[in-house]
Amino acid sequence: MQTVWIGTRKGLFVARRDAGKWTLGKPSFPGEPVTQVLVHPHDGAWYVALRLGHFGVKMWKSTDGGSLWQPIAAPAFPPKPGDASPQDDPTPWTVDLIWGLEGGPGELWAGCLPAGLFHSRDGGASWRLVRSLWDRPERKQWFGGGYDHAGIHSILVDPRDPKHVTVAVSCGGVWQTRDRGESWACTSRGMVAEFMPPERREDPNIQDPHRIDHCAARPDVLWCQHHGGLYRSDDGGLQWQPIAPPAPSAFGFAVAAHPADPQRAWFVPAHSDAQRIPVNGRVVVNETRDGGRSFATHGEGLPQHDAYHLVYRHALAVSPDGSALAMGSTTGGLWISEDEGRSWLCVSHDLPPIAAVRCS
Amino acid sequence: MPVVEFAPALTRHVPCPAQRVAAATLRSALDAAFAAAPPLRAYVLDEQGAVRKHVAVFVNAQMIADRARLDVPLADGDKVVVIQALTGG
Repeated sequence: MQTVWIGTRKGLFVARRDAGKWTLGKPSFPGEPVTQVLVHPHDGAWYVALRLGHFGVKMWKSTDGGSLWQPIAAPAFPPKPGDASPQDDPTPWTVDLIWGLEGGPGELWAGCLPAGLFHSRDGGASWRLVRSLWDRPERKQWFGGGYDHAGIHSILVDPRDPKHVTVAVSCGGVWQTRDRGESWACTSRGMVAEFMPPERREDPNIQDPHRIDHCAARPDVLWCQHHGGLYRSDDGGLQWQPIAPPAPSAFGFAVAAHPADPQRAWFVPAHSDAQRIPVNGRVVVNETRDGGRSFATHGEGLPQHDAYHLVYRHALAVSPDGSALAMGSTTGGLWISEDEGRSWLCVSHDLPPIAAVRCS
Repeated sequence: MPVVEFAPALTRHVPCPAQRVAAATLRSALDAAFAAAPPLRAYVLDEQGAVRKHVAVFVNAQMIADRARLDVPLADGDKVVVIQALTGG
């Protein structure tokens, strides 16, 4: 791994490894809230999503490694039907946040808050709302988890077949299309939302998967950091299996699946829903190498006392070969591991709050 | 003709000088002003055509009350000013 991209509350940073040392450059978009960054896996273009507090979401693109940025279109909803009463659809049809951003061959997918999924076939020059998901009657049952409205944060493009796309909605469960968005199925069976009334706890359409990831080499193996704990599926999400809560906690936001080994994944535990801070002030990364049956807890190089970092859902990433990881916190800590997560090097304690990291 | 002016907080993103526009309502005045700087529209209005929550529009120093209708009648010489309302940290 030579490069890490870091989307923060106050700009886009790039950390580079040079002569064995990691250094941070000056930010692009200094002072602007970056909610997503994507290095397109097929054409190498860089994309950044901004959430300007006053002026809405914006997107920029660079095709020369971040020297020159060009504004591109941002996802936008079509006009809300005039006959939709507020009671029928209280969701505003205005994009507040670009929460998930991924690329397939010749295409981009953007997951937003409110929970519109948008698709671009022209490198972000235009976007189309995926009406087949937005118009599902189930969408009106979704609700916000931490925000006023539901949002789409995780988008997995199947490396075997880019028409197969899996998205996760907080709170609206996991949804999949196998025809590039023509039709959708809710695939959250097995997940349990303990905070719901008993009759609704196993409802697939109201689950809160904080983050999902898949094993790139075995995409039918999916991992989920759910609001209520950890899950794994080995059948493409048809059935999710709960993972026994590991120490020190099963609560958290981030998960990274090993790209080659379907038994391995990393999580970053926080104390609990009510205390979104590390357990006992120790920042740790939990790793399983046996499909979730057991976990190793890694703390070497991470703050081990009086630390109150939280790692958001997009702020843990693994390199494509699985050898290195990067992790950023809401209090501006950035760490890199070059030994598969066993030990970590602090690159900065002092960045703005980190929303998303990407590894080369 | 009314004059439409955007605050520096907006024009630092999308340059747009103050303009005299032929318009009888606030919405048509804004539409005419955006013709000179099309990307500015999405900074001021959301995709439903309403003024964004943290943007404020003044007509002759009076803030408009309705962010969605924008049907305020304008007369010759009226001054429309679009500013950034203060939020965030």
